[in-house]
Amino acid sequence: MSIEQFEIQLIAAVVAAACALPGVFLVLRRMAMISDAISHTVLLGIVGGFLIAGDLDNPLLIVGAAFVGVLTVVLVEVLNKTRLVKQDAAIGLVFPALFSLAVILISIYARNVHLDEHTVFQGDLLFAPFDRFVIGGVDLGPRTLVIMSVILLLNISLISLFFKELKLTTFDPGLAAALGFAPAAINYGLVTLVSVTAVGAFDAVGSILVVALMIIPATTAYLLTDNLKLMMGLAVLFGAVSGVGGYWFARLIDTNISAAIVAVLGMVFTLTFIFAPERGMVSLARRRKRQKWEFARDMLLVHLLNHKGEPDEDYENRIHNLVEHFRWEPDFAEKVVRYCENYGLIVRRNAHLYLTGEGLALAENKEI
Amino acid sequence: MLEILQSLFTDYTLRTVTLGTGLIGLISGALGCFALLRRQSLLGDTISHAALPGVVLAFMITGSRAPLVLVIGAAITGWLATLVIINIVRYTRIKEDSALGLALSTFFGVGIVLLTIVNRQPEASKAGLNNFLFGQAAALIQRDVITIGVIGLIVFGALIFFWKELKLLTFDSEFAASLNFNTQRLELILMSMLVFAIVIGLQTVGVILMSAMIVAPAAAARQWTNKLEIMVIIAALFGAISGMIGAIISSLGTGLSTGPVIVLVMTAIATFSLLFAPARGIIWQNIAMRRKGRRLRQSLVLADLYELATEHGDPYYIHTIEALEAMRPLSGSVRYALQGLVDQGLVTKQGQEWGLTKAGVAAVHAQQSD
Repeated sequence: MSIEQFEIQLIAAVVAAACALPGVFLVLRRMAMISDAISHTVLLGIVGGFLIAGDLDNPLLIVGAAFVGVLTVVLVEVLNKTRLVKQDAAIGLVFPALFSLAVILISIYARNVHLDEHTVFQGDLLFAPFDRFVIGGVDLGPRTLVIMSVILLLNISLISLFFKELKLTTFDPGLAAALGFAPAAINYGLVTLVSVTAVGAFDAVGSILVVALMIIPATTAYLLTDNLKLMMGLAVLFGAVSGVGGYWFARLIDTNISAAIVAVLGMVFTLTFIFAPERGMVSLARRRKRQKWEFARDMLLVHLLNHKGEPDEDYENRIHNLVEHFRWEPDFAEKVVRYCENYGLIVRRNAHLYLTGEGLALAENKEI
Repeated sequence: MLEILQSLFTDYTLRTVTLGTGLIGLISGALGCFALLRRQSLLGDTISHAALPGVVLAFMITGSRAPLVLVIGAAITGWLATLVIINIVRYTRIKEDSALGLALSTFFGVGIVLLTIVNRQPEASKAGLNNFLFGQAAALIQRDVITIGVIGLIVFGALIFFWKELKLLTFDSEFAASLNFNTQRLELILMSMLVFAIVIGLQTVGVILMSAMIVAPAAAARQWTNKLEIMVIIAALFGAISGMIGAIISSLGTGLSTGPVIVLVMTAIATFSLLFAPARGIIWQNIAMRRKGRRLRQSLVLADLYELATEHGDPYYIHTIEALEAMRPLSGSVRYALQGLVDQGLVTKQGQEWGLTKAGVAAVHAQQSD
C-alpha cells in the first residue's frame, strides 16, 4: 500500500468521524435534513468569502460558509415561526433559494475559478493527497487531512465540553430551558459546528457524502443502542469503517471514492436494519412469531384451567373442541398442543388434555 | 420587451424551452400542493436524488437515452426510495427526517457509482445523462416537451379522476379509511403522480433544485386561499409563470442557467405571498395585530376615564393625562390613544385636560354590557 493510498483512507476515516459526531445530535433532534440544506447552502458562503477575499485558500471562506450555514437555520426557523409554512416546507424553500443564488453569483463573478456546483456534489478523494499543507517549508500532510483533523478535534472538544447541555436540550428541551440551559444557544452552536464540518469536508468529498456521513452512521447506531455515548462511539466506528471499506470498494470497481463510501454506508445500514439484535427486521419477525405461539399457549392453558373439575371438563378439554372454541385451524390446534406438551405444560390422554403441575401454575399466573 | 415577446413566437429554441419549463412548473406546482399539505415537502428532494440510479440503469439496460426510457427508470427508483422511507419509518424508531436523508444519500451515491461506470464506456450517447444531475433547460428539444406534455396530461387526468379521494386523503386520511376507501392504494397513486411530476422536471432544473419546484409554488399559493381547488390552480399558475420567466431571462444572453433563475423567481413569488397575501400575509397580520392593540388600548383608556369621572359623581368630569397614565403605568402611549378617541368623537380635550363626550359615555356603557 503506497503512502497516498494510506493517506486517502486516513482522510476518509477522519472526515467520517468528524461528520458522525454532530450527526448523532442532528438525528436525535429530528434535524437530519438540516444537514442536507446546510451542505448545499455553504456554497453561498464560499462564494461570498471568495468575492470578498479574492482567492480560494482564504480562511474567510470557512467563516462565510459557517455564517451561511447558521443563516440557513435561522431563516428556516423564522419561516417556521410565522406558522405560514411547516418546517419541512421552510427547509424546502430556503436551501434551493440560497443555492441558486450561489450558482448565479458564480456564473456572474467567478466563471474562471475552480468553483462550481459540480464540485459540491462530486468531490474526489483520489486527488486529496496531492494537495499538501506546507507551513514554513514543512510538509504537514495533505491539506484536507490537516483541516479535517482540526475540525475533528474541535468537534470532540466542544461536544465533550457541552455534552451535558447537548444531551439535555436534545432529550428534554423544556426541562433544559427551565433549568436555564439556553436551548436556542446550544442549537445554534450545534448548527455552527455542522456548518464548519460540512464546509471542511465538502471540498474533498462532496456534499452528498457529507449528508451521508452525518446521517447514516448515526441512524445505524440508533438501531443498536439507547446509550448516547455508545451511540456516538458506534457512529464514529461505522463511519470510519465505511470510509476505509468504501475506498477499497471504489478500487475494486474503479469508481468515485465518495460515492463508493456512500454505497458502503448504505449497505452497513441495510445489514443493521435487517439483523440488529432487538430492532432489526429478523428479530422483529421472530419476536412476533414467538408472541403468537405464547399467546396461543396462554389461551389454551387458561381455557383448561377454567374448566378443570367442572362438569363440562370432559367436553371442553378435547382437542377437537379447541377448533370450535377458539376457531383455530385443526393443524394449528395440533401444533399448539404439541408446543405445550414439549414444554411439559399439558399431557394428552385419549385426545383429552390435562394441565400438568407446571401448566397449572403458569395458567393461574396468566389468569391474574 | 417587445423583442422578447416576438422572439418567443419566432425563435424555435426559446419557444420549445419556454413551453417545456412552463409545463414542468405547471405540473410540479399542482402536485406540490398535496406534498406540502401532507407535510412531505422534502420527499421531493429525496425522490429527485433517488431518480439518478434509475436514469443510469435505464440507460445501461436499454442503451437508449430517449426521455421516456430515462423517465421510467427514474420513476422506478424514485418510487422505490419512497417505499424504503415508508417502511423504515413504519418498522423502526427512526424518524422521517433521518429516513429521508438516508434514502436520499444512499440512492444518489449508488447513482454516482453507476454513472462513473457508464462514463468509462466510450459512447457518445452517455452525454445526456449528466444533464439529469444539474439540469440543462437549453437542451430541451421538441421530443422532450412532448414527453413532458403527455405525462402531464396523464397526471392531470388522474388528479381530476381521483380528486375527491385525494382531497379526503390529504385532509383526513383516517376518515377516508373509515369510509372504506383504500387509503394505501390512494397514497400509492398520489406518490406515483408526485414521482412522475418530479422526474420529468429533473433534466431541466436538476436534482438539487427540483425540490423547490415542488415546494415554492405550493407554499406561495397556500397563502392566498383556504380552498384546495383554488390552491392547486394558483400553484400551477405560479409554477408555470416562474418556469417561463426563468427560461426567458436565461435566454437573454446573460449566461445564467435556467434552473437557478426559475428557483429565484419562484422564491420571489413565495416571499411576496408570505408577506402580502391578504389575511394570512405577515404584513397584514402585523397591521391587524396593531389595529387590535390600538383598539384595546383605546377601550382601556376610555374605561379609565369613565371610572375616574364617576369617582367625582360626574361622567363628563375632565382629567389630566398624568392621572390617566397613573391608572395603567404599562399600557403604552395614553396620549396616542386619547388622540384616537378624540378623532372618533368619544373624548374632548379642554385645555390640558380630557373628558368623555356623550357618545363616549354611551360607548363605555356599550363596552361594559358586552
